[in-house]
Amino acid sequence: MAPVATPFFFYLLAGIMLIGGVMVITRKNPVHSALALIVTLLAQASIYLMLYAPFVAGVQIILYAGGIMVLFLFVIMLVSIDRSIRERQFNSQWVVGLIAATALGGLFIAVYTKGTSIFPEHALPMIENDNTQKIATMLYGQYMFAFEIASLLLLVAIIGAVVMAKKRI
Amino acid sequence: MESLLHISTLHYLVLGAALFLLGVIGVLTRRNVVIVLMSIELILNAVNLNLVAFSRMWGGLHGQVFAIFVITDAAAEAAVGLGILIAFFRNKETVNIDEVNLLKW
Repeated sequence: MAPVATPFFFYLLAGIMLIGGVMVITRKNPVHSALALIVTLLAQASIYLMLYAPFVAGVQIILYAGGIMVLFLFVIMLVSIDRSIRERQFNSQWVVGLIAATALGGLFIAVYTKGTSIFPEHALPMIENDNTQKIATMLYGQYMFAFEIASLLLLVAIIGAVVMAKKRI
Repeated sequence: MESLLHISTLHYLVLGAALFLLGVIGVLTRRNVVIVLMSIELILNAVNLNLVAFSRMWGGLHGQVFAIFVITDAAAEAAVGLGILIAFFRNKETVNIDEVNLLKW
């Protein structure tokens, strides 16, 4: 299917993502930050759809926005936010932090303005009908070892999270 | 104006870099631990966007598979980080990382 109105959708989604990102790092209430992050993740899933990656978009919505952010919201409810809303929000090293972030931004700008010639002009159109099948073939074929290690990592994370959050071990 | 209207890979990379910068600012300047953890998730999402953009450019699916592994890793790290946060809150009754200053001279 031919892409339609790509610049409009890209700039709209990019604007939503950047506004959501700014709201994540500046809100006083952590619940507002979590909701802004959910909006950012959903906009990013739409950008994945623009990049011919429907499976990654689905995984992003189900796992990231539907799993990790719900976990964040549960933990925000568990720790008391009434006291932390009234306190000072930015720590005392915020000037140094901003200088470091500006230096990193300058590095990004230098890299991206010097390297614009290595990107090809027009991207090849990708077929999106069998994206899930192809990713499954790669996951269970070429990346089988990494897949098993990832499940081992999740097991360790489950045990670690339960032990860290228990009242008495 | 023509290069701004034709969306190339560089547009996605610049968007990923901007998100990365927002995440770095959040990690370096906020006091609340939950917001620091959410800024780390922003950083991981920026990396994912870069990976999927390059996967589109080269035509193969390796970048997308790597992005799926990064999402899995982010889930595990968020779970353990939030467990540590709960233990930290139980000990100190606050969620400010400024209070974790036992190693300060």
